[in-house]
Amino acid sequence: MATKVHMEALSPTMEEGQLVRWLKGEGDQVEEGDILAEVETDKATMELVARGSGLLRKQLLKEGGTAPVGAVIGVIAGPDEDIAAILKEAPAGAGEPTHAPPAERKVGAAAAGVAAADKTEQDRAATGVQAAAEAPARGPTPVPPGIEPRRAAGGGVEAARAVEPDGRVKASPLARRLAAETGVELRRVQGTGPGGRITKRDIEAALAAAPAPAAPAAPAAALVAAAPPPYRPELRPTAAMPELEEVPVSQMRKTIAKRLVTSIGPVPTFYLTIEVDAGRIVEARERVNERLAGRGEKTSINDFLIKAVAEALRRHPEVNSAWGENVIRRHGRVHIGVAVAVEDGLITPVVRDADRKGVAQIAREVRELAGRAREKKLAPDEYTGATFSISNLGMFGIEEFTAIINPPEAAILAVGQVEEKPVVADGQVVVRPRMRMTMSCDHRVVDGATGARFLQTLRDFLEEPTMMLA
Amino acid sequence: MAVMTYREALGQALAEEMERDPDVFLMGEEVGVYQGAYKVSKGLLDRFGELRVVDTPITELGFAGLGVGAAMVGLRPVIEFMTFNFSLLALDQVFNSAAKVRYMSGGQFKCPIVFRGPTGAALQLSAQHSQALESPYLHFPGLKLCTPATPADAKGLLKAAIRDDDPVVVMEGELLYALKGEVPEDRELLVPPGTAEVKRPGSDVSIITHGKMVHVALQAAAKLEQEEIDAEVLDLRWLRPLDIEAALATVYKTNRVVCVEEGWPYLGVGAQISTLIQEEAFDYLDAPVVRVTQADVPMPYSKNLEKLAKPSVERVIAACHKVLYR
Repeated sequence: MATKVHMEALSPTMEEGQLVRWLKGEGDQVEEGDILAEVETDKATMELVARGSGLLRKQLLKEGGTAPVGAVIGVIAGPDEDIAAILKEAPAGAGEPTHAPPAERKVGAAAAGVAAADKTEQDRAATGVQAAAEAPARGPTPVPPGIEPRRAAGGGVEAARAVEPDGRVKASPLARRLAAETGVELRRVQGTGPGGRITKRDIEAALAAAPAPAAPAAPAAALVAAAPPPYRPELRPTAAMPELEEVPVSQMRKTIAKRLVTSIGPVPTFYLTIEVDAGRIVEARERVNERLAGRGEKTSINDFLIKAVAEALRRHPEVNSAWGENVIRRHGRVHIGVAVAVEDGLITPVVRDADRKGVAQIAREVRELAGRAREKKLAPDEYTGATFSISNLGMFGIEEFTAIINPPEAAILAVGQVEEKPVVADGQVVVRPRMRMTMSCDHRVVDGATGARFLQTLRDFLEEPTMMLA
Repeated sequence: MAVMTYREALGQALAEEMERDPDVFLMGEEVGVYQGAYKVSKGLLDRFGELRVVDTPITELGFAGLGVGAAMVGLRPVIEFMTFNFSLLALDQVFNSAAKVRYMSGGQFKCPIVFRGPTGAALQLSAQHSQALESPYLHFPGLKLCTPATPADAKGLLKAAIRDDDPVVVMEGELLYALKGEVPEDRELLVPPGTAEVKRPGSDVSIITHGKMVHVALQAAAKLEQEEIDAEVLDLRWLRPLDIEAALATVYKTNRVVCVEEGWPYLGVGAQISTLIQEEAFDYLDAPVVRVTQADVPMPYSKNLEKLAKPSVERVIAACHKVLYR
């Protein structure tokens, strides 16, 4: 029976997927569970697996093409099975093969056999083994005898891929070890050895090409900071960040991850608590609200908090990250999950790109999302995809508490109420509005000092909101 | 330091050891009156007399057996085979007696004997007289085996072999006997079992070889240098016991290996070395190990075919290119 290959929702928020590459060619035998293709979702490159067995009769989406979730992008069926009906319902552009037809592939395989026979080695003659019998039956790129596939030069022979149709990556043992040590993902490396084998030089090239951690921009002398707290140039938002950056996980970090997980569970969490003076943020909110009053709008301290957190995250992308076993996913966009208590539970609607929004807009969105959350009318993409979450129990009079991380996010901030407290300032005991916050951190991603630096920035922003403009 | 030929260095080693130890004697075809088929034993009969420099009939099995018996009762014989091709007649004494007597007597007998002579091809000696026989000798536990490539190593290895309490096979090279080189005049110049030597340090590719092929490898390395390929040449010197640390060290250094030997590929020295490397240093390889050997055929007499059958500088360079993916 024919099996349709659908573009599947490979992430909770995925609406469409881009086909990065087919790992099975038309005419290839496919077993249920085989990896058919690599698909780029909104989050990562995922593997699309076969839901049935047979021949991959048709590829209905070109490499590089995009299809909505649910679209038929291929057909798996028996060799003689009639698949015309399925093809008819397929989208336009169907039927255009992305690869050479099967017949041509067979010619390639035969040619490879000749090549192998050519270089019969003396050993083989002695053992009586027919070299031709060892000719590889498969290969990503059919190669004429005597020509080794190399990196395409001037549109010549297309570079062979290190990933074989069965998903195996061709890499030298040394390259594999180096990749494991440096966190380079072999699948993403272009091999330049024979038949596309990945070798040491390819790993080195991949490491050299990897995006370097965002360097702090040069300090701008024109900006004069307000007196408290001092201006720290590294707090300027970094320039254009990629949508998603994958930072290789070092061996040290792997060891940290492995050891901490055995100690404390799948997300090894630690807590950092900080107390901030809320005087200026309360003041700022009042001033904003005065001006919004005419439009019938108002903001809460929490909206300012969301804004400040988002701005701080933009300056500390290492906290705006997620654990991905071999990589740390460093998000280029800042989506803040806001924990909302609902009947019999809680849910965290997401304020997307909170760093790019004003507090008034954040306030509107939060109110609207929270309202629908209580009515249980949120769409899945409204409560998934956050890169960081905030839980505020201040309105319940909670002074401080710890929150539990919502994986795969790397941290969550638990915020207590603003309360009047005696503090010492300039040798005098004065009463100030104070707010305590505790951040739970996934230690695999965020170390103590990393989290502390983030909280320092956050405190700067809350205690002197104009610093967000700096 | 004196400059001398390989054959003079061997003769010096024999003379020094015969002077040092009265139990050492030389026996073989034409070693005395004729002073050796390759003149290695020149002057020894006059110096040490016919009790210690013994001419034998053409009876390899016989005089090899006499040697094993003499070694078992306390002497230290050096048995010269005119070439190792002729030693095939003596193999029962070598493999079944010399190599096993210590084991089978539970250590009551030791067998401090040296079998020496040239191995490998010279020029147009045809199929029966051009054989590199390291591999069959290496197959049997109980024997040590070394292959001097230079005059200095010829002296140091032969002296170490004579002083060893186990049977040692010293495989020389007919085309090496006239090779000149500096040789330390040190009477204690010894190259102990299991010590390889880097004959040329390099960083891009390792050529692991022994004996006569060391020179082929060095010539290939010199040509590769013109292409800015920095080849390391490791001379194993002892094929048993093998200097495993040196073999692995060069793999760790360059990650790419070419094994060069004069013998045939099937179960050859390179097969053993590449197995060792994949067992012990798999994660350090950036390319499969490639071997350069004699063609897997009896050596042709015809000059042009003989040339094609032998490992050559060109083939070593091609193999280096292969492991470097060039």
